[in-house]
Amino acid sequence: MRKLTTPFIGLSAGMLLVAPWIINAAPYESTMGLVQKVFYFHFPSAILFLVSSIICGVHSFRFLFMKRQSADAWALSAAELGLLFGALTLVTGPLWARKAWGVWWVWDPRLTSSLLLFLIFASYLMLRKYGGPGSERLAAGMALFGMLNVPFIYVSVNVWRTLHPMTSVVPTLPTDMGIPLWFCFAAFTMLFLALLTLRATLELQRARVEALYLAEDEA
Amino acid sequence: MMRLLRVYALFVALVAVTPAALLAQPQPPKEFVPVDDIPPGEQIPAINMVAAAYGFVWVAVLGYVWSIASRLKQVEAELTELESRKR
Repeated sequence: MRKLTTPFIGLSAGMLLVAPWIINAAPYESTMGLVQKVFYFHFPSAILFLVSSIICGVHSFRFLFMKRQSADAWALSAAELGLLFGALTLVTGPLWARKAWGVWWVWDPRLTSSLLLFLIFASYLMLRKYGGPGSERLAAGMALFGMLNVPFIYVSVNVWRTLHPMTSVVPTLPTDMGIPLWFCFAAFTMLFLALLTLRATLELQRARVEALYLAEDEA
Repeated sequence: MMRLLRVYALFVALVAVTPAALLAQPQPPKEFVPVDDIPPGEQIPAINMVAAAYGFVWVAVLGYVWSIASRLKQVEAELTELESRKR
């Protein structure tokens, strides 16, 4: 599985290098102009931020209720990626908003719940690092709450109309804008899968190192 | 008693000052102001925002890839050493 990660990272890096030219060729959005081009990186980051939370939640469920030890490694990896993609979303979004809306931030349901999910990931990782023995079970419980937040984040823009565009924007994009968007989305998804696999490999190797140290102590 | 009087005096002062403070606030525009009509000093070039957004994405992703690679290298070196000690 790990052998696949290097070509995946290489391919996604190549696609992300080509992306600025493809994005540059896309037409300008009529009201926002150039700044709308932040969208091509903002949208894939935001979707993968939510996907990380689902992966983290599902593996935490497997760890808590099915006693799968390896699931904990995948949950931790997804949480770390959630923090990374959450940071990308929460930084690129305000940079776009400052020009398009005139403000860096508004406390609307979409932005506030996304920030909350980011803080849940940050708390999860801090709990894992400083919580001591047993913290993995507490963190897994927290990840389940994080996953429950995902549907709320997704539908919030449709339920409460605010400055943030609705979910209907992406399916109705013209082809000229859709091609660069899905190109960037494919590149980000490959990168995400490769990084998730690498990070889980790291965690599984750490578990092996710990087991070997324990075996040495017992011998 | 004196303390109560002081609190009461503070409350009266706050109530008296509030309308004056509200009147001193600059009035918000009553109608839509097109972006092009904003004074040049208040406009931010879009290219700065786009460059900052793309730059941040690249730096964050490369930083994370480097972090995973170095941690993985360290753990694999430790694992190799432990396994060789075991043999």
